[in-house]
Amino acid sequence: MSQVAPGYNLRKLQACAAARLLEDKRSVFVGTGLPMVAAMLAQRTHAPGLLIVFEAGGIGPRPPVLPISVGDSRTFFRAVAASSMHDTMSAAQAGYLDYGFLGAAQLDMYGNINTTVIGDWRLPRARLPGSGGANDLGSFCHRTIIIMAQDRRRFARKLDFLTTPGYLDGPGARERAGLPAGSGPYRVITQLGIYGFHPESKRLQLLSLHPGVTVDQVRDNSDFEILIPDRMEVTEPPTSEELKLLAEIDPLGISVGK
Amino acid sequence: MEILAEGQGELIGWHDPDENRQWILEHKSRELRDKRMTVREAVEQFVHDGDYIATGGFGHVRVPMALIYEIVRQGKRDLAMAGKTAVHDIDILIGAGCVTRVEVAYAFGHELRGLSPAGRRAVESGQCRVVAEISNGGYQWRFLAGMMGIPFIPSRNMLGTDTFARSACKIARDPWSGKPICLIPAAYPDVAMFHVPRCDRYGNAQIDGIIVEDFELARAARRVLVTAEEIVDEELVRAEPWRTVIPFYLVDAVCEVPYGAHPTQMPYLYFFDEEHIGRWLRLSRTPEGTGEYFREFVFETRDFSEYLERVGGVRKLTSLRRIERLQESMQAPWLEG
Repeated sequence: MSQVAPGYNLRKLQACAAARLLEDKRSVFVGTGLPMVAAMLAQRTHAPGLLIVFEAGGIGPRPPVLPISVGDSRTFFRAVAASSMHDTMSAAQAGYLDYGFLGAAQLDMYGNINTTVIGDWRLPRARLPGSGGANDLGSFCHRTIIIMAQDRRRFARKLDFLTTPGYLDGPGARERAGLPAGSGPYRVITQLGIYGFHPESKRLQLLSLHPGVTVDQVRDNSDFEILIPDRMEVTEPPTSEELKLLAEIDPLGISVGK
Repeated sequence: MEILAEGQGELIGWHDPDENRQWILEHKSRELRDKRMTVREAVEQFVHDGDYIATGGFGHVRVPMALIYEIVRQGKRDLAMAGKTAVHDIDILIGAGCVTRVEVAYAFGHELRGLSPAGRRAVESGQCRVVAEISNGGYQWRFLAGMMGIPFIPSRNMLGTDTFARSACKIARDPWSGKPICLIPAAYPDVAMFHVPRCDRYGNAQIDGIIVEDFELARAARRVLVTAEEIVDEELVRAEPWRTVIPFYLVDAVCEVPYGAHPTQMPYLYFFDEEHIGRWLRLSRTPEGTGEYFREFVFETRDFSEYLERVGGVRKLTSLRRIERLQESMQAPWLEG
């Protein structure tokens, strides 16, 4: 586990890293948890014009407190519209949703995700909730951002089940399968670093190490080979301003802890 | 149309569109008649062993829990259920042995609160069977095709994944673009259940806030049961008809059940009862605890109003109203862990 300076924890670092990826005047499909915190933080810093959309129908809310359920009334509090899933999913399929957040129990080197089963599908060792809206977001959003814990089981050479499409089996595979052109995973944020996908091979590559983390730690916590560039960044820790905003957004520490 | 691939999932709830039109012609009255009855009568009359059921709302929000607990009380068996993001409702029904088949978009989890011990135990032991996988977007489009009276609807999700491979969908070549496209089969649940803030005696039901996929589901299902916080005069509905999401001719039963979504959230009225959901999640870790929960909250209570007394009565419900209105801060067992 990496060293964390006083004043912030890893979840706060991940929330800030995710928030900084979201551009102003774009739209983002979010669920509950860290993605919601990240989107609200982005709105209160560099992206006041970020449009937040919830799959169950909340569009452009101003949540007074952190929602705890994807259809929570807080997801359409002072929203521009309280709509339907047909509406939000259609908007995503038509191309209106820029970013989408995903979680993962397993991820492979092409950014494909498993959230369905561990073990055999018919009689699984562990049954997980399934796609939910993840397959839809992973199919439709222009860019998806995955936030997950990283270790050798989770960064898997072979997924037990491919729930949500990343780049499938490599360059051009999404388009060949019929998925919307030019879409796909954009970043992966773990407790160790931030990853992107190589423009040609579409394989996972390291972009940034969190403070105190080494390349060896990144390698040791993956069952597949991660592309390591010659130069990489160090993830900027949360600023005091960001930490203050996080405390306002999530005062109970529901998603970012205390 | 050239079929490129077929999912291996079991197709449930599908009918030939002409067969379903005939069923509607024979069984769905267009008469404006009083459909008020008790929750017990609604379940006795319209929910049958082996049925394929679906609930309105989403996750832990606006779920028709009074009907769910009554299904447990009446011991319905071998139900198939739409896991269209179904959490507390499906977990209760699986835990009670009522639901044994699930088509899963999202199930066996309680969102931020963690995974469902009862639901997972049932699937991992083979007691409950996952018949097919799908996504949330895909599931609500099954209902869209159903309400349109067409056999399937094309979409661009699920392509290239095991979610598709275990679904009941097919992939065809789109005759216009030439690209592969997913064909999602229509779904016509035998029974769909909803909880709404207000409804008149005929079944004209209004919803405040997001409607999720209730619009499509109510129109696709064969039987529609509505519980309402309040049964209101028809004139109140007619004064604001744009609020009506489910019109009367779709509805078979209307029941007045204040707090009928407890322990899930009713937007603008009351918050999630995190304490009660937490108690279920704790007790359902073992089969014995699961049995204890059902004894205390279902089998030893005659109806939903007695259940509400057991979960904390007026004091608890007043507090949930205050939290929903932002007059009190929420508390949750899972926040302390």
